Amino acid sequence: MSDATKISCSDVHVYYGGLPSTRGESVHAIKGVDIDIEDNLVTAFIGPSGCGKSTFLRCLNRMNDTIDECVVQGRIHLDGEDVYAADVDPVQIRARVGMVFQKPNPFPKSIYENVAYGPKIHGLARTRAEFDEVVETSLTRAGLWDEVKDRLDKPGTGLSGGQQQRLCIARAISTQPEVLLMDEPCSALDPIATGTVEELIEELGQKYCLVIVTHSMQQANRVSQRTAYFHLGEIAEYGTTEQIFTNPKDERTNGYISGRFG
Amino acid sequence: MIGTAALAIVALAIASYFMGRQRAASFPVAGMHSRPTYHGAFTALRTSLAGLVVLIFGALITAFALRALIYGALPADTAGLAEIERELIVQDGIALAEGRLSSREGPARSAVAEAYALYAPIRQWGLLLISLAAAAAAFWMSYRQLSPAFRARNRTEGIIGWVLVFAAAVAIMTTLGIVLSLTGQALSFFGDVGLFNFLFGAHWSPLSGVHSGAMDSDKVGAIPLFAGTLMITAIAMAVAVPVGLFAAIYLSDYASSRFRSIAKPLLELLAGIPTVVYGFFAAIVVAPAFKGIGESVGLSVSAESALAAGVVMGIMIIPFISSLSDDVINAVPQSLRDGALGLGATKAETIRNVVLPAALPGIVSAVLLGVSRAIGETMIVVMAAGQAANLTANPLEAVTTVTVQIVALITGDTEAATAAGPAFALGFTLFCVTLMFNIIALQLVNKYRERYD
Repeated sequence: MSDATKISCSDVHVYYGGLPSTRGESVHAIKGVDIDIEDNLVTAFIGPSGCGKSTFLRCLNRMNDTIDECVVQGRIHLDGEDVYAADVDPVQIRARVGMVFQKPNPFPKSIYENVAYGPKIHGLARTRAEFDEVVETSLTRAGLWDEVKDRLDKPGTGLSGGQQQRLCIARAISTQPEVLLMDEPCSALDPIATGTVEELIEELGQKYCLVIVTHSMQQANRVSQRTAYFHLGEIAEYGTTEQIFTNPKDERTNGYISGRFG
Repeated sequence: MIGTAALAIVALAIASYFMGRQRAASFPVAGMHSRPTYHGAFTALRTSLAGLVVLIFGALITAFALRALIYGALPADTAGLAEIERELIVQDGIALAEGRLSSREGPARSAVAEAYALYAPIRQWGLLLISLAAAAAAFWMSYRQLSPAFRARNRTEGIIGWVLVFAAAVAIMTTLGIVLSLTGQALSFFGDVGLFNFLFGAHWSPLSGVHSGAMDSDKVGAIPLFAGTLMITAIAMAVAVPVGLFAAIYLSDYASSRFRSIAKPLLELLAGIPTVVYGFFAAIVVAPAFKGIGESVGLSVSAESALAAGVVMGIMIIPFISSLSDDVINAVPQSLRDGALGLGATKAETIRNVVLPAALPGIVSAVLLGVSRAIGETMIVVMAAGQAANLTANPLEAVTTVTVQIVALITGDTEAATAAGPAFALGFTLFCVTLMFNIIALQLVNKYRERYD
């Protein structure tokens, strides 16, 4: 573990439908994953559908707690602190580890309220002026401010798909998280909106520990500095993006990135 | 005899199905438009429909004709009698003719019996023969139509379409008929006593002046009934809305899926309890209990109180509100919950700030449907709320509701024709109010659907 490590995981297992010993069907979705995710850069998780990359991402901020009968085993440390320790409040973990989802999911509220919601529930802003400032900085950093500054009171659901996703990113960074998880953030967007969001990811990656799950190998190549290749619930290979895409050591990685399967 | 005719027509139709199919089976398969079963179905449908339509309309028309003939047979000295007495003579005559007991005997009754004994068999045999002839003719015509190129499939589909349209039309026309008769009767009552007196009068005793002749327009004020209905509805909703809504939130967002799969049907079981059971539960268990509790703290509670009826009605309405709310809360996409949870919102914050606002239109419509049920509910209030038209704001006293008064008017001793006026007026008011609530609720539901599909 180097100094730059933000999240350290070892021997992580995830089961859906309870542990294998219990009756009923149990799916062993993640089978012993070890990974150290570094701060201030972008880590991409790639791999074929159903390989567990989204499941693993959701372990990092305990979003899997919201799924019935999902069991997470193993060790996940955020800054050396066990995320799954008994006395840790998942709500606090999620405040520190923000998340952007596959489908843009703005709340059915105004643009302003969408961004102000996080700071409001965590008490990060108190006066109207402070809220205005948080909303403006977050939207500016998400590259959306100029497009929406005249209609902050309009519903967030009325924006285009790409704008909605950038609104969700603004919402996620409004609480100043330390880590930002993105679960296929561009899969519902057209190429132009994807380009905008990718630029944003590259920029945010310099300040945050940013983890992105993506189906697109080109996208991983463009935005990330580290890449992990998931294969059937395991990490087949993890290294710098350049090395994974130019000189993969694992046969399965090579097969996937050269387009033989997946 | 009509039953026999219908059976014969059905038998004929079944036979014609096999004959039609048989005939089509003999056609060369190449170039045949429809499969043999459709040829059979076509002939059977045509046969049975022609027979049944002739039978039903024939039965209606001949019933009028028979009535006219029998009344024609009444001796001339009965012409001066009241309509109801002539009707009684006719009924007795028919009973005599059929060998049953009649209330009295006499020459007029014997004349009716003779006429009936002559015409009734003619009518029955005529109906049987005419309807069977119609069925047979339809069978012969459709059987001759069958050919390899005949589009039996399309024709069959067409006939089925019309049968379905007819079924839908029966439902709609019946509703329209009820509404029209309700409106007509209510309007004539309003014409007699004045709409203003009915809507804004404070004294309800519509039948008190009936024996002296006309209805007293000072005593048809429905305000005490509206007030009673309103109070009981308010009490019921005060019970049903919080309990139902919280139960829905628990079921949709907190309960494990296993618990939910057991608890939801159990909660909906409440909706399956007949309201009459709730009614005597309210009258025999809840009302005395409230009376006992009230008296032990020094309050005077009447044996039939608005509170008891309202609380039990609220319990009855819980499953409607919880089940509908649970559906709309579940329809809020999981991604919205994820978004809030991913920001570090707690479960309660997520539900309060994100899920409930998104589900609000659906919840409001669930509440409105509950309100219109509460307004129209009858059995509970008949048994537990009382009959006296008190104008009071105290829920511990007996009040009466619109539905209770309708029951009292129609089941009371007063002649139906007299009591019907106020009853129709009350029913019409009730109909208008619940219709309004239902329309608002449905529109909210539609608006809600547009948002997430």
